[in-house]
Amino acid sequence: MADDILIIGAGQAAAQAVQSLRAEGFEGPIKLFGDEPYAPYQRPPLSKKFLAGEIGYDRVELKGADFYAQSNVETHWGTRVTEIDRRAKRVLTGDGRGFDYGKLIIATGSRVREINVPGFELDGVHYLRNIEDVKSIQAHFTEGAKMVVVGGGYIGLEVAAVAAKRGLGVTVLETADRVMARVVDPIVSHFYERVHREEGVTIETGVTVAGFEGKDKVEAVVSGEGKRFPCDFVVVGIGIIPNTELAAEAGLEVENGIVVDELCRTSDPDICAAGDCTSHPSAVYGHRLRLESVHNAIEQGKTAAATLAGKEKPYNQVPWFWSDQYDLKLQIVGLSAGYTEAVVRGDPETGRSFAVFYLKDGVLIAVDAVNRAPEFMMAKMLTQKKAVLDPTRIRDESIGVKEIAG
Amino acid sequence: MAKVTYIENDGTEHTVEVQNGLTLMEAAVKQGIPGIDGDCGGACACATCMVYVPEEWQGKLPEIETMEETMLDFCERREDNSRLSCQIVASDAIDGIRVQMPESQH
Repeated sequence: MADDILIIGAGQAAAQAVQSLRAEGFEGPIKLFGDEPYAPYQRPPLSKKFLAGEIGYDRVELKGADFYAQSNVETHWGTRVTEIDRRAKRVLTGDGRGFDYGKLIIATGSRVREINVPGFELDGVHYLRNIEDVKSIQAHFTEGAKMVVVGGGYIGLEVAAVAAKRGLGVTVLETADRVMARVVDPIVSHFYERVHREEGVTIETGVTVAGFEGKDKVEAVVSGEGKRFPCDFVVVGIGIIPNTELAAEAGLEVENGIVVDELCRTSDPDICAAGDCTSHPSAVYGHRLRLESVHNAIEQGKTAAATLAGKEKPYNQVPWFWSDQYDLKLQIVGLSAGYTEAVVRGDPETGRSFAVFYLKDGVLIAVDAVNRAPEFMMAKMLTQKKAVLDPTRIRDESIGVKEIAG
Repeated sequence: MAKVTYIENDGTEHTVEVQNGLTLMEAAVKQGIPGIDGDCGGACACATCMVYVPEEWQGKLPEIETMEETMLDFCERREDNSRLSCQIVASDAIDGIRVQMPESQH
């Protein structure tokens, strides 16, 4: 019987799993399959410095060219796994080959949610998920070009910020009544709307997209109310969908992500899963979470590797996220859903530095920090400890961040 | 090009050639050197790439900027000679540098 560990997917979780499997002492064969032609790379910079052209491929590539060979890993880039045969313990690839496994890690990540309105197939309508997407978008980056962004979430706003700095005319269309509505309080949404407007970006909220118009290529976005937004190209950023089909077709339990336990085990003890594609139990929040973040991918990659190497390193951390737009560094600790009070430290109305503390019945569950690294770092510790905080101490900036918990 | 020696907490040394312009964090992550996590990819947002820099090399590094200082301030294992390796860019000037990693980055 094969004792090979196969990893399906070649993103951040997979790269971490490779490193951790070796670090945990697994010496058997490892095979890594990715459907992109690239070795694992970082996605966050794709909508930031990489899009801006400030850094190249060598800076987003996660590992050095010789890392996989040195780690004795057989790599299969540009190879899509099409089926997991659990009875035969074998995976099949799109080019008709089969590979036996002893254990498996599914790290298939996620893909963009596509917009299904008339004209969606027109040239010039782009998404941003991988390196090729960025290259297509960059081809439009000439000063004065008009870009419409569909979706006022992280990706859309980061792209807007980069494009505005490059001198493009930028309009962001958001269906909800404010940007980033899924992840932050209105205080933070309105702050970002203000800054984007100050930087010359047009933000239109409460706008649904009815279709794209154009002859050979997109020339305008049309709203549900019939308003036309002329453009040279479009970037759509309306969320991502976990890639769970392989797991579901193999009969693994899937419910808003591949269901794993705190050791990243799926419903099959020989198969672990890690990263964006999973749903894991959070002891911190008391319910299951499916997270779309680097931190989650790295930590689950470590946990899955440890589990398959016969160790127990349960994943139980408060999630964190970040977003760079203009001179703003947004750092988020925790998930604010269900908060009962949002307490502001600093002034989001005029300045560019503040933090919002989210309390649920007095307990700190999340913090959004804009150019406030101390608050962010303190919040990492306090949320993990489920600290009870006094709102008046949070607001009072004469009290140092380290003394905020009293 | 700078030759950089990373020393794990248990004394294990890793010496690698780092091309100019790359940060010491990036080079360590690319090589899979244990002890430097670099979770945020160099955005100075996580403080999981702290290293200790021997005195003779400190003067060859740029001053600590506000952001780095803030992040370091919250590192559990911070010492006077702590730096974030994502803020140290390889150049000929630091060829031969030796940095030491803490017991853990968390």
